[in-house]
Amino acid sequence: MQISYRVWSQVKCIVLVVVAWSLSVAMVHAQDLGSFEQRVTQHTLKNGWTFILVERPVAPVFSFITRVNVGSAQEGAGQTGLAHMFEHMAFKGTPRIGTKDYPAEKTALVALEEAYQEYQQEKLSRNADPETVKSLFDVFKQRQNDASQYVIKNEFGDIIEREGGVALNAFTGADVTGYFYSLPANKIELFAYLESERFLQPVFREFYEERDVVMEERRLRTESQPFGRLLEQFVSTAFMAHPYHHPVIGYASDIQSYTMTDAKQFYETQYVPSNMVTAIVGDIQPKTVIPLLEKYFGRIPAGSPPPPIRTVEPKSITEKTVILKDPSQPLYLEGYHKPAVTHADQPVYDAIDDVLTNGRTSRLFRSLVRDKQIAVSVGAYGAYPGEKYPHVWLAYGVPGRGVTNETVQKALREEFTKLQAQDVSDEELARFRTRAKAGLLRALNNNLGLAMHMTDYHMLFGDWRELFRYIERFDHVTKADIRRVATALFQPTNRIVGMIETVVPAGVAMPTSASAGKGQS
Amino acid sequence: MLLKTRQPMPISCLLLLVFLMMVIPGHAQVKQVEELRYPPLPDLVIPEPERVVLDNGMVVLMMEDHELPLVSLSAFIRTGARLEPMDKIGIASLTGTLLRTGGTTKKTGDELDEFLEGKAAMIETGIGGTAGKASMSCLTEDFPAVLEVFGDVLRTPAFASEKLKIAKNRMMASIARQNDDPGDIVSREFKKLVYGKGSPYTWVPTYATIMGITQKDLAQWHETYVHPNRIILGLVGDFQKDQALALLNKVFGDWAKGPEVKDAEAFIQEQTLAGVFYVEKNDMTQAKIAMGYQGIRRDHPDYYSLVIVNQILSGSFGARLFSNIRSKQGLAYDVHGGVGLQWDHPGMALLSMSTKTQTTGKGIDALIAESRKMVSNPPTEDEVENAKASILNSFVFSVDSPSKVLSKYLTYEYYGYPSTWLKTFRRGIEQVTLAQVREAAARHLRPQDFAILVVGPREGTKPALTRYKDIQELDIRIPDPPKGA
Repeated sequence: MQISYRVWSQVKCIVLVVVAWSLSVAMVHAQDLGSFEQRVTQHTLKNGWTFILVERPVAPVFSFITRVNVGSAQEGAGQTGLAHMFEHMAFKGTPRIGTKDYPAEKTALVALEEAYQEYQQEKLSRNADPETVKSLFDVFKQRQNDASQYVIKNEFGDIIEREGGVALNAFTGADVTGYFYSLPANKIELFAYLESERFLQPVFREFYEERDVVMEERRLRTESQPFGRLLEQFVSTAFMAHPYHHPVIGYASDIQSYTMTDAKQFYETQYVPSNMVTAIVGDIQPKTVIPLLEKYFGRIPAGSPPPPIRTVEPKSITEKTVILKDPSQPLYLEGYHKPAVTHADQPVYDAIDDVLTNGRTSRLFRSLVRDKQIAVSVGAYGAYPGEKYPHVWLAYGVPGRGVTNETVQKALREEFTKLQAQDVSDEELARFRTRAKAGLLRALNNNLGLAMHMTDYHMLFGDWRELFRYIERFDHVTKADIRRVATALFQPTNRIVGMIETVVPAGVAMPTSASAGKGQS
Repeated sequence: MLLKTRQPMPISCLLLLVFLMMVIPGHAQVKQVEELRYPPLPDLVIPEPERVVLDNGMVVLMMEDHELPLVSLSAFIRTGARLEPMDKIGIASLTGTLLRTGGTTKKTGDELDEFLEGKAAMIETGIGGTAGKASMSCLTEDFPAVLEVFGDVLRTPAFASEKLKIAKNRMMASIARQNDDPGDIVSREFKKLVYGKGSPYTWVPTYATIMGITQKDLAQWHETYVHPNRIILGLVGDFQKDQALALLNKVFGDWAKGPEVKDAEAFIQEQTLAGVFYVEKNDMTQAKIAMGYQGIRRDHPDYYSLVIVNQILSGSFGARLFSNIRSKQGLAYDVHGGVGLQWDHPGMALLSMSTKTQTTGKGIDALIAESRKMVSNPPTEDEVENAKASILNSFVFSVDSPSKVLSKYLTYEYYGYPSTWLKTFRRGIEQVTLAQVREAAARHLRPQDFAILVVGPREGTKPALTRYKDIQELDIRIPDPPKGA
C-alpha cells in the first residue's frame, strides 16, 4: 500500500482521454451529455464543498475521489514538498481515530512541537553550538517517544480496509491533491464520516517519523533513478520564476526541516471547503447520500479562498539545456513552453500531441522507431509539471543502443518543423477525433476513473460537464490552426532540452565480456 | 458476503467517548465510527460466463455486458518463455510482439496499425513467462471486422523481417539498460537466487541470444504452440451470444486442431541457497534489500491460511511491515512482504524494502525481525479476524464487473483450476482457524533459510555488510555482443 504522489501532472484526461464528439454513428447509447446528465446530481454545501454524485448501479460498490485545488505550486521557499507531506498526514487520523487517549496525546504533541522548534532554531542559527543542538535534539527525540505511546498505528486506513475498502490511496501533483478509495455500497455513511473527519480536524501525529518516510520516497523516486534525477534538473531549468520550478516531492533540506506548524498552517490556508470537490460514483442514491453529506461534511466551517499565485512565468527569451552526466544509458527530452490548459488553443495542442505521439501511426513513432530506427521508444507528456498554469509540452526519445542523443534530437526537430511547414492529413485529423471519442467511452465504465475525470474537469473548467463538451471543440480544430500553433510552439527560444550523457565513473571497470557463458548473467 | 458487525462497546468506553466529544466542541452530534451500522448488502450474485468448446478444441468463455457499445476479447495461448531453449532466450517475447507488429498474410503491420487506430480499436499480443496473451477491444459496430483481423493475427502472422529487426533492436536496447534501474536489478538477480540459474524462470536475453533469433525461428515457435486447442478465448461486452458464436466459428471454425502435446516442465532448483549476496550500484542514495526463498503454488493446502498470513504481514495500512518499519521507524517508503502464490509453479516468499544507505543494517534486521515475529509473536485472534473481514468485505471488488469475472475464469481455465474456485474462495477464508494461520506462518516464514540480497553503493552499505562473514558479490556486468556482430 503506497501513498503515492505523481511526478507527472495528475490524470491527464485532457490529453489521454480527449473526447471527440464526432458526428459518427456509434453514439446511440447513453454516452452523450444529455442522457449522462440524468444520472448526475451536483450538490454544494453551504460551506462551499461541491459534491458530484453519479448513479452507476452495475455492482453494489462505489468509488470516490476528493480533489483539493492545491499542489506544490502553492508552496513557498523553504517549504517545498509540504503539499505532499500534508497528503501523507491525511492518513494519520483525527482526535477520535488513531489515538489511545487524545487529551494526553494532544498535550504531548504540543510539547513535541515546542521541542522541535527549539532544536531547529538552534541548529539553523549562525553560531549553533553543537552541544546545545545535541541536547535539544535529545529532548525532541524523548518527546517524540512520549507522543508515540498514544498512537494506534494506521487506524484510519485500517478501518477502511477492514470494512472492505480497496484502492485506498492519494496523490499530489503540482496543481492538485487527490484522495480516493472504494467501498461496498452499504458503507456510504462510513465514507461520509471518515472523509469529513479526516479534513475536519486532522491530527499531525507521527509527523517527524513520516518526514523520514517522505525522505525515503525522494531517495527512491528521484535520487536513485536516472530519469528522476534528470527530470528534477529539467523542471527547475524550465521555470525561472513560477513555482512549477520546484519538485513536487520537495528539496531534501526542506523535507528535513519543515515542521508540524508549517503543515498545519498550510492545511488551514488551503484546505477550505470551497477549494474542494468530491465525486462519488457507483451504486448510490442521491436522496440518501445528500443528507449524509450535509450531516458530516456540513460540520466543516467555511474559510476564505486561498491567495492566488501572483507569479507568471516570464516569456522565455533563451533556449536552455540541461546535460546530466550519469552512469546510465542516454535519454533525450525536449520541452516547449505553452499556455495553461484553459487557453482557447488547448484543443489544437491536443491535436498536435495526438498526431505526434499517439500510437504506432503517430509521426514520432513512425519516424524515429519504425523508419530511422534510432529510438526504441518515443512519447510526450502533454502537460508538465502541471496544467493549471502555463507549463511545458515535453517529448522524450529513448535512443537505441549506440545511438546518440543528437541523432534523436535532429529527428524530433524534423518532425516539429514539418508540422509548421505542411498541413496534417485528413486521416490524421479524423483519427484524432475518433480516438478521442472512444477514449471518453472507455473512461465511462469504471467508477474511480469516472470520478477522477469529472473532478479534474470540474476543477479546471468550473464544471464537470466540460468533460463532455470539451470534445466538441475538436471539431473546430483546423489544419491551419495546427500550423499556426506549431509555428509559435516549436521555437528555439521557447525550448528546454534535457539529456543524460553516459559517463562511467573513474575506477569502475567498463563492462567487458563477463564470461557468464550461459546467457543469463 | 460476510459483513463484520463490531462488538458493542463497554459502558466505560462509551463514557470516555462522551467526554471526548465534549472536549471537541461542535461535533457532538456526530457518531463514532464504532457506532455506525450498515444495512446488509444484498447477496452477491456473481455472473458466470458461458463456456463453449469449438470443434477444433478452442475454448470460448462469453459474458454479455451492454452498458457501453464496446466489445473486448482476451485470449490465453498455451506457451511461455519458460519453454525457451537456452540459446534462444527472447524468442517467446519476440514472437509475442511480432504476432501483432509483423502483420499477417493479408495486411502488413503498418496496415494493421492504420486499420485499428482509424477505428480507435486495438489488438495487442505478447508472450510472458507462463502464458501467451492476445487481446482486442473495439466499438460494437466494428466487432466483425476487427475480429476477422484478430483471427489473422493468431492464424497467419507474417513475422515481417523489417519488424523483427525493430523488435530485436528494442530488446538489445533494453539489455543495454538493464542495470540502470535498481528495481530491475533486484527482481532479476533475486529470482536467480530463488529458482537457480539453471531455471528458465530466471533467464534473460543477451545480445548473443537475440542476435541469433531468425524469422524462421518465430514461425517455428508459432507453428509449435499456436493452435486452436491451445487457446482459451474470453469475450465480454456488447454482443449477442449466438451472433458472437457464429462470428467466432466463421473466423476460427476451419482452423485445424493441433497435436496434443504435453509441454516440458520448467526446471527449478530444489532449494533456495541461503546466504548474503551483494550487487554494487553506486548511483543510488539508498540500498535495496530483498530476502526470501521459494514460495508455494495456489493448490497448496496452506493456501487460505497464507492469504491471511500475507494480509497480516503486509496486506494493508495497519499491517505489520507498514506499521512497524514505515510508520513507526520511518525506515522506508516502500516495504512489502509475503509468501508468493503462483498458479502452476512455486512463487517467491519475499520481503523487500529500500532504505538510506546508513540504515541498511537496520533495514535487514527489521525485515528478519518481522519474519521471526510472525512465529514468536504469532498472529492474534484480532489480527486474524481483521484480516478475514478485510478480505471478505472487499471480495465484491474482485467481481464487480463482467470483465473482472471473465478474467478470473480465463485464468482458472488456463491453469487447470476448477471453475468453482471463485465461489469457494470466501468459504475457504472463513474456515481458516487461528491455529492454522500460526502453523502456516511458522512453516513458510523461516528467516534462517532466507537468501538476502542487497543492491546499493559500496561505501554506504559497507558497515552493514561487514557484519556477515561470507558475502557473495554478484557480477551483473552485461556480456558483450559476439565478436564481429
